[in-house]
Amino acid sequence: MSVYNQNRGGIIQIIIGIIFTILIAQLISLQIFSSKYKLAADNNAIYRKIIYPDRGIIYDRRKKALLENTISYDLVVIPNEAKGVDTNMLCQILKIDKAEYSKRIIEAIIKNTRVKASAFEPFLSAETYAQLNENLYRFPGFTLSERSIRSYPYNTAAHVLGYVAEVDVNFLQKHAAEGYEMGDYAGMTGLERFYEPILMGQRGVTRFLRDNKGKIQGAYEKGIYDTLAIAGRNIFTSMDVEVQQLAEKLLQHKIGSAVAINPKTGGVIAMASSPGYNPNLLTGNQRRKTIGRLLLDTARPIYNRAIKGQYPPGSTFKPLGALIALDEGLITPAYGYNCRGSYGACGDPRKCEHHNPGHAANLQLALAYSCNSYFLQVFRMAIDNPQYHNAKKGYLKWKEYVNAFGLGKKLGIDLPSENRASIPDTAQYNRDFGGAKYWNSCYMLTLGIGQDRMTATPLQLANAMAFLANEGFYYTPHFVDSIENEDEEDKVMLEKYRTKIEVTKIAKQYFDVIKEGMHDVTVIGTAAFIKVPGHEFCAKTGTAQNPHGKNHSLFVCFAPKDNPKIAVAVVVENAGYGATWAGPIAGLMMEKYLNDTLTTESKLKAENLSNVDLMPAAIKSWYVRNNKTEMLTPFEYNNDELADVWDMEMLSEIAPVKPVIDTSKKLDTLPVAPPSKPVPLRKVNKETALDPLQKKKKATAKKNGKL
Amino acid sequence: MVNYNNNNFSKGTDFAVILLYVIMVAVGILCIFMVEYNPNLNWSNSFLTAKTNYSKQIYFAIFCAFIAIFILLMDSKVFTALSNILYALGILLMLATFVLGKDTNGSKSWIPIAGGFNLQPAELCKIFTALILAKFISKPETDFSKLKSHLIAGAMIMLPAILSVMQHELGLALVYSAFIFAMYREGLPPVILVVLLSFAILVIATLLLDPTVLSIIISVIAGLFIINLIKKFKRNKNSILVIISIWAICFGTIKYIVPYIFNNVLECYQSTRIYSMMGKEYDCGQNVKSANKTSVNKKAARKPDDYNVKQSKIAIGSGGFWGRGFLKGTQTRGKYVPEQHTDFIFTSLGEAFGFVGTFTFLGLYLFFLFRLIRIAERQRSTFSRVYAYSVVGIFFFHIAVNISMTIGLFPVVGIPLPLISYGGSSLLTFTVLVFILLRLDADRQMVLR
Repeated sequence: MSVYNQNRGGIIQIIIGIIFTILIAQLISLQIFSSKYKLAADNNAIYRKIIYPDRGIIYDRRKKALLENTISYDLVVIPNEAKGVDTNMLCQILKIDKAEYSKRIIEAIIKNTRVKASAFEPFLSAETYAQLNENLYRFPGFTLSERSIRSYPYNTAAHVLGYVAEVDVNFLQKHAAEGYEMGDYAGMTGLERFYEPILMGQRGVTRFLRDNKGKIQGAYEKGIYDTLAIAGRNIFTSMDVEVQQLAEKLLQHKIGSAVAINPKTGGVIAMASSPGYNPNLLTGNQRRKTIGRLLLDTARPIYNRAIKGQYPPGSTFKPLGALIALDEGLITPAYGYNCRGSYGACGDPRKCEHHNPGHAANLQLALAYSCNSYFLQVFRMAIDNPQYHNAKKGYLKWKEYVNAFGLGKKLGIDLPSENRASIPDTAQYNRDFGGAKYWNSCYMLTLGIGQDRMTATPLQLANAMAFLANEGFYYTPHFVDSIENEDEEDKVMLEKYRTKIEVTKIAKQYFDVIKEGMHDVTVIGTAAFIKVPGHEFCAKTGTAQNPHGKNHSLFVCFAPKDNPKIAVAVVVENAGYGATWAGPIAGLMMEKYLNDTLTTESKLKAENLSNVDLMPAAIKSWYVRNNKTEMLTPFEYNNDELADVWDMEMLSEIAPVKPVIDTSKKLDTLPVAPPSKPVPLRKVNKETALDPLQKKKKATAKKNGKL
Repeated sequence: MVNYNNNNFSKGTDFAVILLYVIMVAVGILCIFMVEYNPNLNWSNSFLTAKTNYSKQIYFAIFCAFIAIFILLMDSKVFTALSNILYALGILLMLATFVLGKDTNGSKSWIPIAGGFNLQPAELCKIFTALILAKFISKPETDFSKLKSHLIAGAMIMLPAILSVMQHELGLALVYSAFIFAMYREGLPPVILVVLLSFAILVIATLLLDPTVLSIIISVIAGLFIINLIKKFKRNKNSILVIISIWAICFGTIKYIVPYIFNNVLECYQSTRIYSMMGKEYDCGQNVKSANKTSVNKKAARKPDDYNVKQSKIAIGSGGFWGRGFLKGTQTRGKYVPEQHTDFIFTSLGEAFGFVGTFTFLGLYLFFLFRLIRIAERQRSTFSRVYAYSVVGIFFFHIAVNISMTIGLFPVVGIPLPLISYGGSSLLTFTVLVFILLRLDADRQMVLR
């Protein structure tokens, strides 16, 4: 019988062989062709502890720290180990209820799983920290973890410095390759953002082996994959904290901006935007309370008007317009225009503030008295330059000059979200007037006095002054002079801030004439009452038309006249005459910078000026109406809305943010008005294209203030 | 381990098997060491303290070595003579567990004996069943081509299997199906294998497909057969009856037998495991056995039921081609695989030594099994051959099921990996199985049983 079944031994062997083949096939698939298991094993067992280095410090030109690091404590929880917690006591210390406790635990689990630590309550106050520390044994699974946060000893330059915040999903998607993780902090705006890689330093990673209960078993692979944390490097800026503080003080209760640049280096001495906010309010546990309020404030305190606000430069453009005509050989410094109080060459008379004959007898005088007629005439000459045969080519040449002076383009300052403002393109005029052949210099006449569609940021205006002060060149405005332990890569990055930008080969004598004219402004002209003790300076006032409300007050200047060390541009929104409000602010800033101190008289003046309230009524009434909401926590706002505002701030570099210079008037009717385009532009339709002069008469009849 | 060379029992003993046995036990201790290794303890001391599992396993191995020598020194006639008594003793012990049994992991199959060690009679019963089966088939009056003999042999096998099921040891009960190898070799008609295989396929299909859909498919197939063979039916009316009865059996299986097995025979967790293998969820509310002890279920429900398999696959998969290195497996070090020193011991090997390790290891096992088959085939006595095939079957079943469950091809049942998994009872059983075979094999020239 056994012999009979001999072949069955073979069959059994075949069956065994088949089963083993199946096993090996599965092993091949598991061990050779699936990479996910290795990953899953690492996720299970390797606990990466990130060691955050201290962020770099930002110093001003005298090595005063504009911001520092201080220690704050977070209460951290590992949900799996949080068993037998004295929740009553914990809730009492943290002033939360039990529902909130459970909610936060669930949030922690969702965010970081049960076995990883997540923040339960960040930024504990000193008192809460002490209470918790004493009773920590009652709260198994909870630990106090140290964290370094920013503090701002001078409470200043919030817009410039920017802030650090916890990264969100959006941020992680945008910076996917940079190794950020949920829970990390990163610079979000300002210098903190721009110099993030330098300030951040290098995070250290220590890998631990973790068992199935989340307990640490020891170093992973004896630490050969671990990296040490490298502290962030300090950066040294050209800012002067005292000038900055003064500028912010002077702009109190006003909406506006002031920028001061050292023309010799392009380094920004001060950059203020008002209303601002105390940067200390956006650190630690203050942040939660503040951020929502700041974002919803109708005066937009987070918005940096110095680089994003777009204002018509008004008369402050006149020196540049004259320079173009001089360089093109269209006028000489002796060129005069017989202004009788208005400019009528284009049919529609434009008012000039001065009637006395001879106030525009030559360029210098015309600048000193800010004669509108003179500069309108000069602009027309530049556009209708016979050399170029048609207005379009003349305009393009003129635009080339203006762009070369740093207007209508991004200067490339070391802050994110700079706005290029606007020097209009011919395409816009072609569209509005029905084609290139249908328009001439009369159609955009007021460009010559810095109106029409021309806008500039305060930074661009200050930079233009630096260019005049330097007589033909400027450095790209920037904050950072040097970086601690600068390496080759940093040098490459800072290279553009150290390279002189030679604008044009404009002859020195033309600059001299312009400078003399601007000097006369401060002696006999519109700014004669503004003095900087011990220094002669050059300036130009501007009062920009504002279709939505009171005129914007502008002032640009540089000092000292013969060896310029500071160039300033100040804009105060809805304030009226340039010399009245913007002028004194700029004067005091120059005095502070050049003399290191203010005279007693100036101090008094500064004090008075800082108390002047020029807030538009609409914004004030918004504050009154919303007084109650100031104490709301961000949770009560719609989070999506907040996210939108954030995105706008972040994306403004790519897609220009709608400027909000004049939300104020609209606010009378609409409580929260959408930002509107501020360019003082009349509506143009086909009728105007056919008969522009007639239409312009109506549109610009009210425009002829003192420019 | 033990030097057999200059003893007189060495004559005729198959040293290749002994060598493989020693290698396997050593690999087992090594694997247990990898699982237990703690870098903070001095392992060289702990090897002998009997406080860790690997040092306990060493003591078990030494004890087994003595047993092995003892068996090799015995007269091979003892095994035939005592097989009936031993079988009866085994069954008695199994019955005794219902009284004396210690409750571990919900199954009552261990009898505590002195020194903190426990005995699992069901393990030992495998040996006794192998012996009595060999004895029965080798009896001159047994004609194993007859159905009656098949039924008697089947009853011998089923008795301890049923007792195991009653002890909630499904895995051990399943092992008894391994005797089918021996029975097949001795003349069990292949039709039975085909029927069993078809039944298994039908059960799996029932789990995978919706019962109604499957019923329709089966009916359609039956219908097609009838239409196709319609001419033949005129000649042979029986075949239409055969087809209809097969269809009825299939239908019954789908509709009644499978749900009955899952709801009444199996425990809730077992049904859940099998369902989760198929990627489905089992509703424990249907299970008769779970109805009484809902509290236990709630506790068990905390961890996802496929946690073991998932972690086990991660461990083996993360080994990759070359493995993560000796003592470097993070799954093992972090104790992510439950029961890793016993049923899931294969994972520590797979993680540390990768595909190279597992392939070599399986090669070793395959060589071992083929060697045993070769030994079986060279026996002159039916007793020895039946016994040898029983050993092959038991080993093969353990290896195949254990490794399949660690790599996710089979639902998790508590079956140890022979000679590798931690556990005295298991190691002793396999040692005895192998060495009785070696003893019989050594005498293959002398006696014809």
